[in-house]
Amino acid sequence: MGKTIIEKIIRNHTEDEVSPGQVVWMGLDVRSARDFGGPNVVKNFEREYGNSPVADIKKTFFTFDLCVPACSLKYADNQQVCREFARKQGIRVFDVDSGIGSHVLIEEGLAQAGTTVVGTDSHLNILGAIGCFGQGMGDVDITYAFKTGKTWFEVPKTLKVLIKGRFSLPATAKDLTLYILKELGTKKAALQAVEFYGEAVRKLTLSGRITLCSMVTEMAGIIGFIPEHDDSLRDEIEKLTGAGFSPVHADKGCLYSGQIEFDINGLVPQVAVPFSPDNVQDVSELKGIRIDTGFIGSCTNGRAEDLALAARILKGKRVKQGVTLKVVPATRRVYEEILERGILEDLFRSGAIISSPGCSGCAEGHIGLTGEGEVQVSTGNRNFSGKQGKGKTYLASPAVVAASCLAGQILSPEDL
Amino acid sequence: MDGSVVTGRIWVLSDQKGKLIEDIDTDQIYHNAFLHITEISEMGQHALNNLEGWKDFPQKARPGDIIIAGRNFGAGSSRQQAVDCFVSLKVGLVIAPSFGAIYFRNAVNSGFPILNCAELEEMVAQRILETGDEVEINFQTGEGKNISKADSFKVEPMSAVQYDIFKAGGLFEYGKLVS
Ligand code: SF4
Repeated sequence: MGKTIIEKIIRNHTEDEVSPGQVVWMGLDVRSARDFGGPNVVKNFEREYGNSPVADIKKTFFTFDLCVPACSLKYADNQQVCREFARKQGIRVFDVDSGIGSHVLIEEGLAQAGTTVVGTDSHLNILGAIGCFGQGMGDVDITYAFKTGKTWFEVPKTLKVLIKGRFSLPATAKDLTLYILKELGTKKAALQAVEFYGEAVRKLTLSGRITLCSMVTEMAGIIGFIPEHDDSLRDEIEKLTGAGFSPVHADKGCLYSGQIEFDINGLVPQVAVPFSPDNVQDVSELKGIRIDTGFIGSCTNGRAEDLALAARILKGKRVKQGVTLKVVPATRRVYEEILERGILEDLFRSGAIISSPGCSGCAEGHIGLTGEGEVQVSTGNRNFSGKQGKGKTYLASPAVVAASCLAGQILSPEDL
Repeated sequence: MDGSVVTGRIWVLSDQKGKLIEDIDTDQIYHNAFLHITEISEMGQHALNNLEGWKDFPQKARPGDIIIAGRNFGAGSSRQQAVDCFVSLKVGLVIAPSFGAIYFRNAVNSGFPILNCAELEEMVAQRILETGDEVEINFQTGEGKNISKADSFKVEPMSAVQYDIFKAGGLFEYGKLVS
């Protein structure tokens, strides 16, 4: 019997039999903890295993990204607890200057196609973008993974999603993602791996793939893979990571739990309305909603390509009086790239506030919360009530956020 | 008893129309207002106290009771307290058609019995299982007996891994056995 991508990756990491529903012990190529969850991992580890070493320091990492540098005493303490443990154990820390952990793991070539990676980040399945099986877990799981290099996992079923048609600007990968989320909701892909096929996803760049795969979490899925790609994607990933790129493909005749097809020809910019990411509408239906602030960044849309797109719209213009625009690169390497390409300057001159890399606004961390009644349009992935303050958050693409900040209201870049 | 068979009285978490409530999230199971509590023994009194119609559950529950819930039980945040509050009440088992992925892991890792049963909705609709029924369930075989109704039913048994962790008393204890 042929196997799906997730089944093949798991099979390469276990001695147990692999089929959907089967629970297996799975070897882990990377285990990581961030400044949320990390301190509990340290506490659990020392309580359960005393001063004994982690299984393999070369496969174990801390990635600080939620509150970087620490903006509360609690986080300052948390980070220090992890640092001290890391020093004692000889574990590498990607400290508060590095950026979003999942992105750092990609850039450093630590998360690779076909590998298994776990961490205390519920969006670690973003690693599906490069064909890696990433999974977020609680601190008990990660403690055990630090100690043993293994975890148990129930092999999920796989859903096949075929997307017909193509899209072009002003629609972007984020609009495609929000549209897919609208189609799948939180039930159709729940607890399953998803394989996305079709020309529109095959053409996605790394940044676009990251956007789509990050929001598989909001679809309640385990992980998303986009197996088909052009050569340009391989070049892009190999250049970025310095590592090879050979993703796992599904076998012919493998068994899917089902297949969903839809057509995205004519896709227009999409916006997720508060307070649920799958509450998605065409931007035109929301046109005219006055905004107070915009945010461009997060693990979903914090790559250089995302910031470059926003900068193209903002260049030579000025954010509307009374509106603030916050921009946060995903990682230090993204920061460097936008600096070198002049994107940083374009953003700055348009009035944007630009802060150091990390999760920032998305995680209730840096660069400001929203107050009661404040309306924010954000490139993040979640708009739950209270997540980034008391205000209302609309989710959109970097292009829509940039255009909306110029206009002071939600609109499509075409309407500027 | 080797611990793989439990007997208990069931609570069907249903709405006023008698339908299983779906998507009960961790905030409804254990509200974030009580996250500061660190003693497991104190968590029980807040179990389900944010779920409409079930706020008095901690007063009604007896040790060994079995909870039957709708699909996607434990969706939402990763808080361990949403499992620990049932441990605190000495609830014997939770059964649902499906669970939030992280919730399921948390329960297994803390050695708390939790089982899937795809046909649960059907069984509740047909009154094969009703609140107050005394049932016996075998974790390893998935065989269930409704003692009150002299009837039998099936749930999905624990996987071998889940059973091993359960028997050891949690993931950390299990780890000590195997290492
Ligand atoms: S940007 Fe937001 S969603 Fe992404 S990893 Fe950080 S906190 Fe999580």
